[in-house]
Amino acid sequence: MKYPYFPGCTLYTKAKKLDDAGRECSLKLGFELDELKDWTCCGATFPLVNDQHITMSGPTRILADTKDQGNDKLVTLCSVCFNVLKRTNNVMRTDEERRTKVTDFIERDYNGEVEVLHYLQVLRDEIGFDVLKEKVVKPLTGLKVACYYGCLLLRPVKEIGLDVMENPTIFEDFISALGAEPVEFPYKIECCGAFQAVHSMDIATRCSRDILNSAKNSAADLVITTCPLCQFNLDDRQPEIQKSDNRFAPIPVVYFTQMLALALDLPAADLGFERNLIDPLPLLKEKGLVS
Amino acid sequence: MGEIVELNSVIDGEPVTCACALGDLTEFESVPVDRRVMVIGGGITGITAAIDLGNAGYQVMMVERLPSVGGRMLQLSETFPTLDCAQCTLTPRTVESGQHPKVTLKTSCEVEELKGEPGDFTVTVRQKVTYVDWNKCTGCGTCIQKCPSKGISLFERDAGRMTAIYTLSPQAVPNKPFIDADRCRYLTRGKCGVCAKSCPVGAIDYNQQESFFEARVGAIIVATGFDIYDWKNKMPEYGGGKIPDVIDGLTMERYLSASGPTAGKIVRPSDGKEVKEIVFIQCVGSRNPELHKSYCSRVCCMYTAKHARLYKHKVHDGQVYVFYIDIRSTGKGYEQFIQQSVSEEEIIYIRGRAAKVFQNGDQITVQGADTLSGRKIEINADMVVLAAAMVPNEGAQELADILGIKCNDDGFFVEDNYKLSPIETGHQGIYIAGCCQGSKDIADSSAQGSAAASKVQVLLSSLRRQNQEAV
Repeated sequence: MKYPYFPGCTLYTKAKKLDDAGRECSLKLGFELDELKDWTCCGATFPLVNDQHITMSGPTRILADTKDQGNDKLVTLCSVCFNVLKRTNNVMRTDEERRTKVTDFIERDYNGEVEVLHYLQVLRDEIGFDVLKEKVVKPLTGLKVACYYGCLLLRPVKEIGLDVMENPTIFEDFISALGAEPVEFPYKIECCGAFQAVHSMDIATRCSRDILNSAKNSAADLVITTCPLCQFNLDDRQPEIQKSDNRFAPIPVVYFTQMLALALDLPAADLGFERNLIDPLPLLKEKGLVS
Repeated sequence: MGEIVELNSVIDGEPVTCACALGDLTEFESVPVDRRVMVIGGGITGITAAIDLGNAGYQVMMVERLPSVGGRMLQLSETFPTLDCAQCTLTPRTVESGQHPKVTLKTSCEVEELKGEPGDFTVTVRQKVTYVDWNKCTGCGTCIQKCPSKGISLFERDAGRMTAIYTLSPQAVPNKPFIDADRCRYLTRGKCGVCAKSCPVGAIDYNQQESFFEARVGAIIVATGFDIYDWKNKMPEYGGGKIPDVIDGLTMERYLSASGPTAGKIVRPSDGKEVKEIVFIQCVGSRNPELHKSYCSRVCCMYTAKHARLYKHKVHDGQVYVFYIDIRSTGKGYEQFIQQSVSEEEIIYIRGRAAKVFQNGDQITVQGADTLSGRKIEINADMVVLAAAMVPNEGAQELADILGIKCNDDGFFVEDNYKLSPIETGHQGIYIAGCCQGSKDIADSSAQGSAAASKVQVLLSSLRRQNQEAV
């Protein structure tokens, strides 16, 4: 089974490990991520005002390309790309006036025919977490995992519809299928600070600190995420957090595909853990998950 | 002329006892049908209507789903804006409705079918089982003392546990117990029978069967009241009912009530510790068209201020925070009540909706925003009280279908004209009053109860006059 795949810019650079592991795992699970031809940036933010249409031209062109290349689905791994593409697609489906404006401008014919899916959705709805569980080679037994959703994977719930907004469980179900133990922590859907990291780093630091402390209070060994921006904030802010709080013990923050790859027994050397600021390898060695 | 007919007093050849039979039915039948009225719902609205009609000389049958009358108001502690005790003001009226020579109580009953026309309706009523023969029962309460099962009480909500055989409140009218079949050891496991053994008059009847009867009445008043929005299943952001120290306003009433399970002490459900910091969140499920109910529930601003004050009266060094969107205090004396709460009781009002509530070690953290100062706020509290939206009682739509009236999108009964005929419905002879028509406070509810009583008299007298003129 082939799924048309939109990696997005970050997955070609900073979040390469999210991309690599995702592609490799799919082959092990019996499907292939077929990269879309000539894709461009998704725009990285969905327009926040109703009369702004120009930022929708990029994602609409991507969606129209997907359709024209003979596909009815489009899979993403990045929460930001997923959010922008899914919401743009909703506008194309439901709002004739805005659709006409955007498609006239880019001179394409598109009415929301494509279904935008997140990789987690493919695992849950098309492969099935029970099947995934059977395919696990090396269960992540004894690993306590904080499943951090962030905002863009879930909100706004009426447009995204991936899971219940206030108490989602898809991520916990996923990590349970891999044999790890999800921990319940109240900050699992709080904002990581997002783009605040660009101009007021202290806000992002504070947000990340609260999330990480909450995860650690729930006895988590490790945090997983789907979002490159969340991963960046949560991982890279930790030295800064330590400066203001010397009792703060670092905690690894990895992509969910890295844990999937580990459970499917892909070599740890290929998983890109060396790119994590807080190295998860000592923890994984201690738990006997890598040698 | 037997207008009240026992339809199935014999099932499968076996004679069965009927839980009803309280109240003098011959008295009810003794007047012509156009002098008989049915009131559905025995809360403050229904009681007001029934007593008014009884005093005007009409025979009233009050049909109540629960085993005793009094409704929601009986659960309340003290009432705004005067802080008088709800039970003290209501109990004389529940007792009056029980003793009134012209009011027949039919509790544990639900309306099943309606036939006929204004001035002469025939209503089929289902008499549900109570497992206690109320004709024999003297209300001595021995069974309640002896029952070994403890569990959730319909009346005390999450505030206290109750035996499986109980009366809803100590002042229940009628003061006769019923068995909660889901919790009764004998009815679920076939073993126990303690209540039957201890009953001095042999009133316990585990084999009681439900029965049906018909009543002919001239008009019907519907006053089925309200329930609390299902925040436990629909609002995971406020803990989804999984945090024991997060309760709703109606449960708070039971904590505040001197006759409640804690005798008026404000203690945490989880560990019984006295509450020193308490957060109230208004508009829980109300005024939220995106996800929940779009309407304002009208009473929450007032009862939250009341809760806050009553709490301060009991815990002098306690700190109260109230999250609000804006304050709606439109009744007589209401605004003064709010102002007093802020200025004299040192209650901190924070303008903003609380975003999230979660257990944080021993305490509960409430995250929200103070939209006046534009800052994010986090408060650690011992207890959180949610002013959850008022919604129509369960089964409102089914009753509307039976009676041939309409519900709006939120499930409230639709009146003929909101401004000019708010009591009338599209079906002549059927009137609506109280919270089943839309959320409202006690003052408005009893006003509508009286209004419904007079509307019934207008209809029935005019029908009588027409008949006389025809003759």
